[in-house]
Amino acid sequence: MIEMQGVYKTYPNGVVALNGLDVTIDQGEFVYIVGHSGAGKSTFTKLIFREEQPSKGKIIVNNKDLSSMKWRHVPMLRRGIGVVYQDFRLLPRMTVYENVAFALEVIEESPKTIRKRVMEVLDSVGLKNKARFIPDELSGGEQQRVAIARAIVNHPGVLIADEPTGNLDPDTSWEIMRILEEINASGTTIIMATHSKEIVNTIKKRVIAMEDGIIVRDEHRGEYGYEI
Amino acid sequence: MKFRTLNRHFKEGTKNIWRNSWMTIASVGAVTTTLILVGVFLVLMLNLNHIADNLEEDVQIKALIELTAEESQVEEIGEKIESISEVESVTYATKEEELENLIDSMGEQGSVWEMYEQDNPLHDVYIIKTTDPLDTMNIASEIEAYEGVDRVNYGQDYVQNLFKFNEYARNVGLVLIFALVFTAIFLISNTIKITIMARKREIGIMKLVGATNAFIRWPFFIEGLLLGVLGSLIPVAVIVGGYYYLTQNMEILSRFNFMQILPFQPFAWQIAGLIIGIGACIGVWGSVMSVRKFLKV
Repeated sequence: MIEMQGVYKTYPNGVVALNGLDVTIDQGEFVYIVGHSGAGKSTFTKLIFREEQPSKGKIIVNNKDLSSMKWRHVPMLRRGIGVVYQDFRLLPRMTVYENVAFALEVIEESPKTIRKRVMEVLDSVGLKNKARFIPDELSGGEQQRVAIARAIVNHPGVLIADEPTGNLDPDTSWEIMRILEEINASGTTIIMATHSKEIVNTIKKRVIAMEDGIIVRDEHRGEYGYEI
Repeated sequence: MKFRTLNRHFKEGTKNIWRNSWMTIASVGAVTTTLILVGVFLVLMLNLNHIADNLEEDVQIKALIELTAEESQVEEIGEKIESISEVESVTYATKEEELENLIDSMGEQGSVWEMYEQDNPLHDVYIIKTTDPLDTMNIASEIEAYEGVDRVNYGQDYVQNLFKFNEYARNVGLVLIFALVFTAIFLISNTIKITIMARKREIGIMKLVGATNAFIRWPFFIEGLLLGVLGSLIPVAVIVGGYYYLTQNMEILSRFNFMQILPFQPFAWQIAGLIIGIGACIGVWGSVMSVRKFLKV
């Protein structure tokens, strides 16, 4: 469960990204965050896994208060949250297998468990036969599937996707959405920031619309609501 | 940390050496160059120091007994000298023995002195060695004040200059070695910093999936260690090989007793160990210091 109360964020350069945010997201929900560039979508997602800290306000993730969380506990928090980006953020010099295995090495899993689990996850995103490739040898859609595999390999309760289809063609985007829906069906909360009207209007989920750092609309089975 | 994780860090650190082969060459090159300098300098300094020690060891005091002194007085002087705690050894030599030594040490020209055998102008002497050569001057002046001692002789000017020079040389050597080591650390940490800068993004990604700082730092630690040790291999070969050559081909030097350089065994191996140690330390220090900056993500 994710809860934010009166959250403000002003960056050191003076940019106001969030201007008083109150929101609750329950376990297992699928939430789209929509809004124009600069509306605060990215900042909102970054606060959840503490890549950024709020200037003011309270954030609770998995029953832990992030504002009082010590630096050394941040890695623990992040192990329970998978993150997928528009630009994939894979380790460029590691193979597909090593990229996914890394998230398990971090939690000191046994090599046997790592092998089994990594192949399992790569299979579920349809990349079992590309395990030995390095990211540069893959297409954009394949790289994004590797990123998703890495994000879910240690069964996180929450998956955050910041414009996961932003760099992909429509067909590949639908493929990614199908995988995300499967992950959601297994009980993982998904928070997805997106600019894709087609996706939001076709796969109906809760929609949170942001403008100038505040939530202007929050509907279940909502519409995208903006003209592109 | 579990053992398998340490194993993982070791593999990762070794892999990084290959993945960043270009930067590895640059770092190892920097370590190699500086360690050769440090090594050559260390060998020079330690040998100079050794020679200086030998020279100081050779310093002795000759207390010349008055020609008129009674036998009992001579004995009394001997006992008094022996009772000084800083004195290591005292030997007595009659003027006849002294003349003989003199003639011997002069070689062929010594025969000139043989005519003095009838009327020996020399004194009976006590030859004194001090435990610490630096005490020579104080003890000499103390003995000179004894009744029955005509004067003392220890090559006053020579000894004073020698001590001054040795002290100066040691201090300058120490400062230079420290300066060299610091330059080396600076050079290496800079080179490694560049390699890590290129990996800044990777470190960010690692933190994103929940890696702790220690988890990220370990492979860098091992990588630095390996870089330092790799960088010390050529310097060790150069220093050990060079010193071996030197010890084999410098018989000329050994003719002068005081110019003895340190023997190959165990000195060369001690220096080799020291160079590898310094290399490992600066490698580790350089990489751990540089990675620290990028961990606050």
